Amino acid sequence: MSDLGNASEGGTDWRKELKTLGVFVVGFLILFFLPVGMPRFDNALKEGLELTKWYAREHVLLCLIPALFIAGAISAFVNQASVMRYLGPNANMALAYGVASVSGTILAVCSCTVLPLFGGIWMRGAGLGPATAFLYSGPAINVLAIVMTARVLGLELGTARAIGAVAFSVLVGMAMHLIFRREEQAKAAAAAEMPEVEVKRPLWQNVIFFATMVGVLVFANWSKPTETTGLWATIHLWKWPISGGFAAALGAALGFWFGFQWRSLALAALPVVLLSVAFPHAPLIPFVVACAGLTVLCVIHPGEGREWLEATWTLAKQIFPLLVGGVFASGILLGRPGHEGVVPSDWISQSVGGNSLMANFLSSVVGAFMYFATLTEVPILQGLLANGMGQGPALALLLAGPALSLPSMLVLRSIMGTKKVTVYVALVVVMATFTGLIYGRLFEPR
Amino acid sequence: MNILVIGPGCAKCKTLAQFTEQAVKELGVTAEINKVTDLKQIMALGVMMTPALAVNGTVKVSGKVPSVSEIKAILQQATA
Repeated sequence: MSDLGNASEGGTDWRKELKTLGVFVVGFLILFFLPVGMPRFDNALKEGLELTKWYAREHVLLCLIPALFIAGAISAFVNQASVMRYLGPNANMALAYGVASVSGTILAVCSCTVLPLFGGIWMRGAGLGPATAFLYSGPAINVLAIVMTARVLGLELGTARAIGAVAFSVLVGMAMHLIFRREEQAKAAAAAEMPEVEVKRPLWQNVIFFATMVGVLVFANWSKPTETTGLWATIHLWKWPISGGFAAALGAALGFWFGFQWRSLALAALPVVLLSVAFPHAPLIPFVVACAGLTVLCVIHPGEGREWLEATWTLAKQIFPLLVGGVFASGILLGRPGHEGVVPSDWISQSVGGNSLMANFLSSVVGAFMYFATLTEVPILQGLLANGMGQGPALALLLAGPALSLPSMLVLRSIMGTKKVTVYVALVVVMATFTGLIYGRLFEPR
Repeated sequence: MNILVIGPGCAKCKTLAQFTEQAVKELGVTAEINKVTDLKQIMALGVMMTPALAVNGTVKVSGKVPSVSEIKAILQQATA
């Protein structure tokens, strides 16, 4: 076995070639035994395609694209340094927990920075408690994920996820702090390298800027209610003019505070207005043109415009292939509401149906160990719910799933040590189980 | 001049390494560029947000990938 590891000293790297051969063999075996013709398999393939098409039609344009711009704006414009100040060694503890529990999505823009950040906050900053809160909140309070959850799985589940994630991170952080307080090592004398704070824009301007985009996102996606009267229905009737109003407000914000030229803004707005008058029953057309217009506006305004677009584009490149792959795989395995995939729905409804303690627990454990690429938990959960999973276990999966996975546990172990990781995982699983149980009791029809 | 490119290895960290090499080449200075990818070492350097760039032992940028011209400015300051 000895010299197989010694790589390219002018010769072939055998390990690499063996890996390639392995991939070919596995691929060949799959194709050789492909159960084409078996009705369940053929149907599952069709379900995969149908689900992907449905996502493309219903969610990508109106929901994903605005959410991507929002996430990109957070990445490019929210002042990470000013957030970091609340997590330093002299931070006010209550503030530190509060900030850590919501700032995951702001600070951990590149997923590889989660661990150094965690380590830094733990060793040189506010301590193990806030560090753990941040560690949990990063993947759990992902702007895109919460938006998609609310959109695809329903407002209740989306809100529960958002609130649960924030509450969890504080509780898990505090629990870790309490459990390990005697072991807390002395903080390093040297303060961590806090990045410089550059103030580009007053807070209220940033708030309004984000609010306009959130307004577009919320109202463009306002779903049709079952009753034809009442507040919800009235809003639905007016959703496009309202979204348009928010879009105009966005344009104004860009003009006044971001230095976008008024002439370009007007030129970008013109086709959108014309198209919305010409095609009143096809709002997708002016919407798409508006998004394209925004993109062009960003390109021609170097500095903040381009930075925003770059951040948004980087996210899009990461997320889109994963989402499409995840949706397709989920469709094949789990099917769509009303249609089964490869996995028989009995298996699902028996193991995680209803709202028993076992169902919630099983859901939490599977979620904790399973790896969910960004956003893939949404189509997977959709499939599971359609196959009979209960609402409680669904929430449990949402709270335990994205934040943990077996690979991440192993890496965390190298920083925290086995004992702390085990406690962390146990805390998340237990809390997810009970939160799911309570939610299921409140929202499941008896 | 000793330059450290700090980061566990995602795309941003690789871009930073690329840009740094380019900046060094364009400036024509002699510099030793080392990559720090081990998490414990990164934490020991006091870096919290990766990718980060350290010159002669001091962390100059952290949390983002500076442009080639920004890196050149940092390097020129260090040699001054």
